[in-house]
Amino acid sequence: MNQKSTGTQGAAAGDVLLKVNGLQKHFPIRKGMLQRQVGAVKAVDGIDFEVRSGETLGVVGESGCGKSTMGRLITRLLEPTAGTVEFEGRDITHLGVSGMRPMRRDVQMIFQDPYSSLNPRHTIGTIVGAPFRLQGVTPEGGIKKEVQRLLEVVGLNPEHYNRYPHEFSGGQRQRIGIARALALSPKLVIADEPVSALDVSIQAQVVNLLDDLQDELGLTYVIIAHDLSVVRHVSDRIAVMYLGKIVELADRSSLYRAPMHPYTKALLSAVPIPDPRRRSAKSERILLKGDVPSPIAPPSGCRFHTRCWKATRICTTQEPPLIELKPGQRVACHHPENAEDQAPQDTQLLSAAREAIELVPVGRDEAPAGQGAAAAEPATGSEGAAAEGTASGE
Amino acid sequence: MTELHKSGAAVGEVVDASPAPTAFLEVRDLKVHFPTDDGVVKSVDGLNFQLERGRTLGIVGESGSGKSVTSLGIMGLHTAGQYGKRRARISGEIWLDGTELLSADPDHVRKLRGREMAMIFQDPLSALHPYYTIGHQIVEAYRVHHDVDKKTARRRAVEMLDRVGIPQPDKRVDSYPHEFSGGMRQRAMIAMSLVNNPELLIADEPTTALDVTVQAQILDLIRDLQKEFGSAVIIITHDLGVVAELADDILVMYGGRCVERGPAEKVFYEPRHPYTWGLLGSMPRLDREQTDRLIPVKGSPPSLINLPSGCAFNPRCPYADVPKDNVTRTVRPELQEVGGRHWAACHMTQEQRERIWTEEIAPKL
Repeated sequence: MNQKSTGTQGAAAGDVLLKVNGLQKHFPIRKGMLQRQVGAVKAVDGIDFEVRSGETLGVVGESGCGKSTMGRLITRLLEPTAGTVEFEGRDITHLGVSGMRPMRRDVQMIFQDPYSSLNPRHTIGTIVGAPFRLQGVTPEGGIKKEVQRLLEVVGLNPEHYNRYPHEFSGGQRQRIGIARALALSPKLVIADEPVSALDVSIQAQVVNLLDDLQDELGLTYVIIAHDLSVVRHVSDRIAVMYLGKIVELADRSSLYRAPMHPYTKALLSAVPIPDPRRRSAKSERILLKGDVPSPIAPPSGCRFHTRCWKATRICTTQEPPLIELKPGQRVACHHPENAEDQAPQDTQLLSAAREAIELVPVGRDEAPAGQGAAAAEPATGSEGAAAEGTASGE
Repeated sequence: MTELHKSGAAVGEVVDASPAPTAFLEVRDLKVHFPTDDGVVKSVDGLNFQLERGRTLGIVGESGSGKSVTSLGIMGLHTAGQYGKRRARISGEIWLDGTELLSADPDHVRKLRGREMAMIFQDPLSALHPYYTIGHQIVEAYRVHHDVDKKTARRRAVEMLDRVGIPQPDKRVDSYPHEFSGGMRQRAMIAMSLVNNPELLIADEPTTALDVTVQAQILDLIRDLQKEFGSAVIIITHDLGVVAELADDILVMYGGRCVERGPAEKVFYEPRHPYTWGLLGSMPRLDREQTDRLIPVKGSPPSLINLPSGCAFNPRCPYADVPKDNVTRTVRPELQEVGGRHWAACHMTQEQRERIWTEEIAPKL
């Protein structure tokens, strides 16, 4: 079981590289003079998954679902409350700082904000070379040469070795962060929202770069993001998180083609599609009402039951386990979509469920015209005239 | 009385100089320049567009392309006169319902702001005042323009909160912004901007700070409200998905200028500017089969102090050498009509662009 870490080619593609079991992180809430603990923010509340060598696991969810905390737990930047993290078969859950240091070579992180994750007083040569100095590694040909090679790998000019972070644009800074993460040729790279701070055109450059590096260096990624289209583009498998739990874990095509958890379905249907013709198409959008409940006191049973349109009594009392309903697709739901009902005896919908969502036809032109004030403007009748008017005179 | 007020002396002169347009909102050759120690930042450099009531214009572009500066310019928020000298140099004309705003008396514009035109900002937490309740802020916005007592205004605030979908509005009206979630704050801000039934609503990245499920709620709300109030809406965003959902017309900005403008359908299906192609190619899309690679725009956005000569996009344009005589690097292209109500600013000929789009770009998207 104990796989010997033998350089970068340690694990063959497909082997389990990272295994997470029942991982929890509760942040205590303290109050009063004695700082007694009065509660806890259950940021991550029992999640299990595996990451195989060479794959990309995407983690999606709304803000506050615990995806970033999860990333920090598996890189051991935060101490888990419970559960285990195994890397290459070795339990690293409670390793101390010195115990973790050799592991840091193999597990690296790319941060979201390229402005706050680079020290403004250091040159990029120092920043990208820091991992070598900290680990006491001297690469062939010296640190400077290796750093310049890395800069070239991520698409920066190696001559910029002596420049400072402020001299670079956001996209270039993100490349510096990537070069730093790659310095020690890690096996696993955790990227927390690697492109969300970047402009659209730059986003695509960085996504392509991550792709190329994976092909060239055989990297394994865990990419945390809130943008479902970016996650689909980069991931092989995807975990959907809601309030500290994984509600669905599946390979990319199954998840996007036939999502089983109602939350996944709602999340996918909420993504605005860049296609104006879709507006008049007959597709419907599931509009979840309200907000995500507080992770301090998550709902009983299934955490999604307060916003779910399929919720029945069992959902309020029993927490659905994350089970494999289809090869490669694990779902935690009593009444999944696109699969057999897990609690068929329980059919009585909760009263809240009936009002949980609104199905809106995507396309405003669909709705019956002449409803109130809309008719006051030349909206329907003189469409042509209005259209002409909008056109500017040269 | 109000008529008299509207045609103040300062306004009258300009009305004579150039004919008032027929469109509800017309922006003519708008320039917003900021003098800095390093040089003049030309955030907006000659922008033209028109907008009618009941229609939605989407302004798309990357950060620094001048989208927000344009909207602040229309709202008259660059020319805060009380500090003595203007921070921004603004020229051009902005006609709102027959009134030219840039040359108008600041007091007059002040009366229009909030009533005729209102704005939804990106970050509701910094746009709402943390010391006052939501209700207080809406009541204030209402009473500035309406001579009513506090009770009536409060009723109006509750009514608006209810309209934008805040549960228990009669209770939540007394909440402070920090007691609201991000989506609810954005709803409260929409309520505040719509409390005076403005005819022009400018939404500057209204959903960028929100989660995708909340974003869907807010976009839906904006769409419904527009239908109900018949206002003209300008939506500013970098997300092509959002404009596709809402906009009738799209204006693509690059380096402070408009590079392409036209009906949403045309801009998405027959784009005629390489930058628009780049934007479309940069986006991973959920509605299409998985592609292997995105087609990004190379390089990064230009500095607004030192715009590249000629076409501002030429250093990043893969087709910069298609037109002859190096014209892309020396001559700045003007907007040319490329189809019905569809303009693009590019030196390539119509045929070249049509061919490149249909043969090289479209199949890869």
